[in-house]
Amino acid sequence: MLAWTIYLSFAGALVQALLPKGRPGLSRWLALAFAVLGLLHALGGFVAGMGQGRQIIVDLPWVPTMGIHYLLAADGISRVLVLLTGLAAVAGILFSWNVELRTNEFFAFYLALIGGVYGVFLSFDLFLLFVFYEIAIVPKYFLIAIWGSTRREYGAMKLALYSFVGSAMVLIGLLAAYTTAGSHSTSLIDLAACAHAGALPISFQMWCFPLVFTGFAILAGMWPFHTWAPTGHVAAPTAASMLLAGVVMKLGAYGCLRVGIGLFPHGLDPWGFSFVGIGSWRDVFALLAVIGIVYGALVALAQTDFKFVIGYSSVSHMGFVLLGLMTLNQIGVTGAVLQMFSHGIIAGLLFAIVGRIVYDRTHTRQLAELEAMHLGKRLPFAAWSFVIAGMASMGLPGFSGFVAELQVLVGAWIAKPWWTIAAGVGIVIGVAYTWRALQKAFFSDALPTAHALEQEHNHDHQFAAITWPEVTGVVMLASVSLFVGLYPRILLDTIEPAVKALLAGGGQ
Amino acid sequence: MNEFTTGSHILTLLTVLPLAGAAVALFSGKHARAVALFTTIASLAVALYVWTGLPADGTMGMVERVSWAPSLGIEYHLGVDGLGALMLVLSAIVTLMSVDAAHRVHHQPNLYFGLVLVLESGLFGSFTALNFFHWFLFWELSLIPAFFLIKLWGGTRRGPAATQFFVYTMAGSVALLLSFLAVFLSTGSSNAPGTMDFGQLAAMAASGQLEQMVTMHLGPVMPWLAIGVLAGFAVKVPMIPFHTWLPAAYAEAPSPVTMLLTGAMSKMGAYGLLRIALPLFGHQIAQMRTPLLVLAVATVVMGAWAAAAQTDLKRVFAYSSVNHLGYCLLGIFALAVPASGAAALASQAAALNGVILQMFNHGITAATLFWFVAMLQERTGGHRGIDQFGGLRKPAPVLAGLMGIVLFSSLGLPGLNGFVGEFLIFRGVFPLAWVAATVSILGLLVTAAVILTVIQKVFTGPVPEHCVGFPDLHYGERLAMVPVIGLMFIIGLVPQLIVGSVNPTVVNLLAHWRF
Amino acid sequence: MNYPSLYSDLFRATLPETALEIGALLVLVVDLGLLRKAALKTRVASASLLGVAGCVFALWFVSLAGAAGLSSGDELLIATGGYIGAAQSGILVLTALTLLLLIGSIFTRHAGEYVAVVLMAAAGGLLVASAQDLLVIFVGLELLSLGLYILTAFAKHSGKSAEAAMKYYLFGGMSAAFLLFGFSYLYGITGSTNLHKILLSAFYASASGGAPLLYVALVLIAAGLGFKVAAVPFHFWAPDTYEGAPAPAAAFIASVSKVASFALLISLSTAGVHLFDGVHELRFVAFNNGPLPRYLGILIPWMLILTVLSAASMVLGNLAALAQTSVRRLLAYSAVAHAGYILLGLAYFSHSAASANAILYYILTYGLTTIGAFGVVSVVERATGSDRLDAFLGLHKRNPLLAAVLLVLFLSLAGIPPLVGFWAKFNLFAAVLGVSAGPVPFALVALAIAMSAVSLYYYLQVLKRAYVLPAIDESPIKAHPVTLIVLLAIAAAVVLLGCFPSLLQNWIASFYR
Repeated sequence: MLAWTIYLSFAGALVQALLPKGRPGLSRWLALAFAVLGLLHALGGFVAGMGQGRQIIVDLPWVPTMGIHYLLAADGISRVLVLLTGLAAVAGILFSWNVELRTNEFFAFYLALIGGVYGVFLSFDLFLLFVFYEIAIVPKYFLIAIWGSTRREYGAMKLALYSFVGSAMVLIGLLAAYTTAGSHSTSLIDLAACAHAGALPISFQMWCFPLVFTGFAILAGMWPFHTWAPTGHVAAPTAASMLLAGVVMKLGAYGCLRVGIGLFPHGLDPWGFSFVGIGSWRDVFALLAVIGIVYGALVALAQTDFKFVIGYSSVSHMGFVLLGLMTLNQIGVTGAVLQMFSHGIIAGLLFAIVGRIVYDRTHTRQLAELEAMHLGKRLPFAAWSFVIAGMASMGLPGFSGFVAELQVLVGAWIAKPWWTIAAGVGIVIGVAYTWRALQKAFFSDALPTAHALEQEHNHDHQFAAITWPEVTGVVMLASVSLFVGLYPRILLDTIEPAVKALLAGGGQ
Repeated sequence: MNEFTTGSHILTLLTVLPLAGAAVALFSGKHARAVALFTTIASLAVALYVWTGLPADGTMGMVERVSWAPSLGIEYHLGVDGLGALMLVLSAIVTLMSVDAAHRVHHQPNLYFGLVLVLESGLFGSFTALNFFHWFLFWELSLIPAFFLIKLWGGTRRGPAATQFFVYTMAGSVALLLSFLAVFLSTGSSNAPGTMDFGQLAAMAASGQLEQMVTMHLGPVMPWLAIGVLAGFAVKVPMIPFHTWLPAAYAEAPSPVTMLLTGAMSKMGAYGLLRIALPLFGHQIAQMRTPLLVLAVATVVMGAWAAAAQTDLKRVFAYSSVNHLGYCLLGIFALAVPASGAAALASQAAALNGVILQMFNHGITAATLFWFVAMLQERTGGHRGIDQFGGLRKPAPVLAGLMGIVLFSSLGLPGLNGFVGEFLIFRGVFPLAWVAATVSILGLLVTAAVILTVIQKVFTGPVPEHCVGFPDLHYGERLAMVPVIGLMFIIGLVPQLIVGSVNPTVVNLLAHWRF
Repeated sequence: MNYPSLYSDLFRATLPETALEIGALLVLVVDLGLLRKAALKTRVASASLLGVAGCVFALWFVSLAGAAGLSSGDELLIATGGYIGAAQSGILVLTALTLLLLIGSIFTRHAGEYVAVVLMAAAGGLLVASAQDLLVIFVGLELLSLGLYILTAFAKHSGKSAEAAMKYYLFGGMSAAFLLFGFSYLYGITGSTNLHKILLSAFYASASGGAPLLYVALVLIAAGLGFKVAAVPFHFWAPDTYEGAPAPAAAFIASVSKVASFALLISLSTAGVHLFDGVHELRFVAFNNGPLPRYLGILIPWMLILTVLSAASMVLGNLAALAQTSVRRLLAYSAVAHAGYILLGLAYFSHSAASANAILYYILTYGLTTIGAFGVVSVVERATGSDRLDAFLGLHKRNPLLAAVLLVLFLSLAGIPPLVGFWAKFNLFAAVLGVSAGPVPFALVALAIAMSAVSLYYYLQVLKRAYVLPAIDESPIKAHPVTLIVLLAIAAAVVLLGCFPSLLQNWIASFYR
């Protein structure tokens, strides 16, 4: 069931590529149909997999001489992330309803990207995972370079190269692990069993782990390799930013978890000496994660471009994910996975509002200019959607981010208390920058009194009306975040056993 | 852990009812006020039903308990005792009054009433929650609508006022959250999550276990945690010196919103002190009692003094609110002594009864006062300075009469509701902390002077030009006012109606608190 | 020296080459004789098709040949089967493709001569691939190279073509001289011209102190062969030749000659590795002071030379390509880079057939992709008159199929899955690490992968022009149907072989019957 998400996406991409030009309506509806089908499969797979452990979907020999298999499987973590991808995909298409330029090519690249992402989450063969990971790079480049806005070519190239360098590092690690384990098989299950049995010596893991982890973490936006993210997000068209921040960054984090921690657990062991309180790769990456949280938040606070605020906030939130991963305890890693889902939805919503609802109408993202536009009155839908999205982003209880961040904080506390304190500071700053953006963009003090504004009938021009795809998209994303926030068990029950199995290690 | 104790979900219903109303109101356009009125009347009915259904022994009733996120120790745990139920009734009444008073919302009424109803839901939720997470959710939830109500419909300097309100309360909330997180983390171990349940934590605090666990995990930080929790509530009540947000917010908010702020939201702070601070950190508070009493007395006296210096009616009553709530603080901190004997216990009981009663009475009285201020503003085109009125008892005798009654209640005249609470508080505090009580009498005297000055300036004396045609209360307004004023008389004359139901809860609470 | 037992044996062993030569003669006869008066298009078409037919025949002969080879006495002159058979088949297929490309991009009136020279050069390539004797190597190389020089100069009306050919010829002649000089030293030291005998003797010779001459010989040989594969620092001919030669010729140079040269290098490395069957571990014991000879034969310096060439080519090739504005020169420098990757595979050569297969896989698929790339370039050049990056602007509008082919081919060159270029790289690097997993091979593989990442940048530059940037001229570009079919077939093969890598692997393995 779940594998159909991949095939449908690529089939959809092919169909889009072959569509005649000049029929944007047909292109959109077809793309939406494929994405919705994918989402239904993801949902079905999620529901069917409730209470199940890891299930193997497909296992075919691909290159027998090297032990490479076309191996697709899903455990709790995969199912949750596949569900996220499905939701983000549909939402992205809804918010791209107004793309007129080369519409069919846009959706072709879009669906190819989605297909690659589904593939990564479902691959349990390291080589196959890498293949899908790389497949996702090229569509990103074109989506940003052709349909983006500010400095799009630069942003696209930066993103493509950073991703490629990251994946190059992963490839080196992959080759190293494969050959060290005896060149028998690239299946994650087999390699994990080998690692558990000792085929990957600790000294090997000590250098392979940081290499692979950093390679994946580049895509996850870890400080200081995060610089592609703000530029890329700002340059990208709305749907691409939603996908980038919402799903693609999660690819990196997923790789860190599944491959980095799953295959090289001893790479996180203490070195035996410690320098300025750092005694293992775990400390190093946790420190980088915490820096990312605080730095991302501080820089977001200083931005003048609305989209940059959201871009840096993504870096900050992903820092939470990485911190959660580094806690290496059940609650912290569970929180990290939940945060992946939660932030995916929320970031998608934020970018949708900033990019599609506001920018496409006001043609500016500068907070100073937006301040003068009385958007609280003229675009109330955008304003109130942003209030909800902002509350979710701040981690307000009732939305999905609260439980996720709380779990990460608790997990960090159990591991090393000062991590929690530093991360808490990040949350407080997070409230500040969200607040500032909200105030400046929508509810600025430059307003005359509410009563006097009623008499203002002479606006320069009316903004375009809010269209039904935008409403549907916002409602969809906001309600998911709210639902998960009010009833987190629905995801936690699936994530927790999978995390337990992964942390226990071995060929489980 | 899926126990549904009594099988009735009435508390959930009560909390969700205003939310549903808000959703309907958002799409009702001009009829939003009607929807809101209907919803608030229904909420009041349910709240009264809850009030009558309280268990007689003062323990928690109508409990609902569902496990929500076991790994974080979070449960959906609701319940009410006398204190909580009284607050529910108060919130319902005040919200109804606020909606009734807001009949001139021209600008986006659907959004206005939607936000008011969401606020009401937040109030209900925080007064029934028995698990920190759940409680904190509603605490924060009430903050957002309040902010927007001030920001979008307020007066000329509403921007800074709203921001100040938000920042202060948020800072207090952060302090609360941090302290609670520390408690949660300390009560957990590597294989069992901690607890956030008020009942469990209170039991642990009473046996001394809580302090032990915190000291074991974090060191001797229990006093700091107590300070953090106190700070959070001190901002909300407010207690000097955390009160500076209040005058601006109360003045700039539209008067119906001010009714909500003073009538119900400020009670959240006092409720929090009673539900959370005293049970969990009783020992620490007892140790810090003297400085806390000083602050409480300062709140009483300075509140009254500052009120005397104001010329804007709204600010007068704002500071007067600070003063009245100062009595609650006085009572709360005074009773934080290790009980030694029946007399002391009786004093504590009196003080606590007084505090709870004062919370209710002040809520009603202050809300009504601001309602009158709203009426004064409307009838004179926005005037609300003391000196802008005069001799109103001539053109508007009914208004003057009714407002006078409310003002006297605020002053604490025996026979009206304001007296009972203050009397009980002083009755309880004198034996326990006579110095503080004595100094607080100053507050009473100054308040009396303030109120009498207001009466004199507004209702007596020559009538200025613009007040000559001052319309009196019309039929609808009289109809709305009479029940409230009647309630004030009833409580003033027969306080047993309330105290009878609250006292068992008081006894029960005191039995479980350790100082 | 012994002579071959029977000339019939020689004939049998060189059937493929013979087929090609006969084909060349046939083409000349048909073109200059029968079709004298026909239109240019017809002549070109018939010459190409005849050439393709010749290749097909030769292919058949290659498949017939067993693993016997040709010996003179006990010295092997020419080997067949195994990786050699695969290489020869590859050469023939690639030659056929370049001949088909000729049909769509006619640049000369001398169709028959062109095809004949191509076929003869291909014959030389076949010889080079199978040679096991120094003299045979040299004959084959010269046959191949001379043909290539002529092909480069074939566009008589282009000054660039003549200049390029001149440079190629001078450079090539000098390299041939170096090579021959090195061969002479080898002969002098060891007394034999057979590869296996040489290497065996060299081991003993070095034990008795003839080492310095050996080093010199190896360096000279490396220079000569490095020229053929365009490795740094012997690559200077490549950009000019790639730029100046007519497109089908450039395609031929870029693909076929590389396949042949690398097959030769595989032979050299294989002979070296099989020196002491069973004692190959000795290779890695270097510079110890035990009773073993201090210097272990030919292999370590050879490895060292190849490693240096490889690293230099990888780095310089990619970095230089970054700065190019001409797509042809870009392809030339990228060829240098790819040569670098393959040389790494040669430096760490495995005892089993794994390395040989990996290298063959790489060079065959690289050759295929390059022919496709030149095919696209030639179509764009015809339409716009230049091969600058800007000539590709808006290609997705002007000819969407061509742009799609370009996308597939360039992404394959960059090493993006699921295209065959990725798999070839992965296979090669896995083979290298499978041979030796020490820090140095890891570092080199890491360098190779990093340089691949760099290469993505300049390939994307071309694709950016084709897909992203607005076009200056939006008139459609027409491609000859045959060209288009060939290009689509190549693109399809790139995708298919990338998705199912075992297809080609199994095909190569089938030669090891």
